[in-house]
Amino acid sequence: MSRRATAAALTLPVGERDHAQGPADAPVTLVEYGDYECPHCGRAYPIVKQVRQRLGRRLRFVFRNFPLRESHPHAQHAAEAAEAAGAQGKFWEMHDRLFERQFALDDDYLIEYAGDLGLDAARFRRELDAGTHAPRVREDFRSGVTSGVNGTPTFFINGVRYDESWDLEPLVAALDQAVATR
Amino acid sequence: MATPPQGPGAPLPAGTPAPDFTLSSAPGQTVSLGGFRGRPVILAFYPADWSPVCGDQMALYNEVLPEFERYHAQLLGISVDGVWCHTAFARERKLHFPLLADFEPKGAVSRRYGAYRPGDGFSERALFVIDGEGIIRWSYASPVDVNPGADGILRALEALAGASTPA
Repeated sequence: MSRRATAAALTLPVGERDHAQGPADAPVTLVEYGDYECPHCGRAYPIVKQVRQRLGRRLRFVFRNFPLRESHPHAQHAAEAAEAAGAQGKFWEMHDRLFERQFALDDDYLIEYAGDLGLDAARFRRELDAGTHAPRVREDFRSGVTSGVNGTPTFFINGVRYDESWDLEPLVAALDQAVATR
Repeated sequence: MATPPQGPGAPLPAGTPAPDFTLSSAPGQTVSLGGFRGRPVILAFYPADWSPVCGDQMALYNEVLPEFERYHAQLLGISVDGVWCHTAFARERKLHFPLLADFEPKGAVSRRYGAYRPGDGFSERALFVIDGEGIIRWSYASPVDVNPGADGILRALEALAGASTPA
């Protein structure tokens, strides 16, 4: 079922600014706009992991922030925490930790996770307090809105919004198809 | 007999003067379109408070408000629900923009915008961007069960900003 006559497309192409897993020249790029406090994103998290295992080197996965701040009071700081970890080279470690500990996202926990991951916790706390990474999170959010992200999670396959089921098999099938038609 | 299924109606097109209206925004309070002259207005007609897709759409707009505010645009949600229903809905979803009650005569404003579904008795999921002079500059009706998102609104506001006052 097509959700729209014309498929929405990414207005901000994937590039150097993005956090990516997998080869830059992979034939298919999957972008997720997500919110660390969103239960649906929490459900998508292990699915994406399995998808990455299935596709292997054929897939590049990119995560962008789309915190729904009004619905999820911890989402904004959680997103900034992932970026703060990213500034110390551990974006994905924090990303995983946040989704695995989705039920515990108060600032005290965020700082605890930074310590667990071996980050400079003082710097991490300073950046979180100062909102150092808020503009970056906002830039992600803005790019999502202009690209037709209506909620979370929203996925894009090679720049085109994917509106079908993101359960494991349909998502893998769509990505396989994208590889094949490339 | 059930009425035949309807596709999205034909919302008033770009270039049309936006029909003025005064509707209740809260018990004892009204909002008039004319009161927003000089700045863009976004009208978001939607079928009903509480129904899941509308909820997502209004929740999304609530999050996107800072982006709308960059264009000094005022967002107004409109449905045929009454003010007490709107009040409860807005409070529960923590919405930071007015919801207007197109309640009596039911759907009258929606009809004037080509955004009413007579068979269903509620508004279309229709969007309008109106410029500071009160002219509709962009309109769009989405299938009633599809969240139209905010990208079309933002493109229209961007075009409006580019056309009038170069920043």
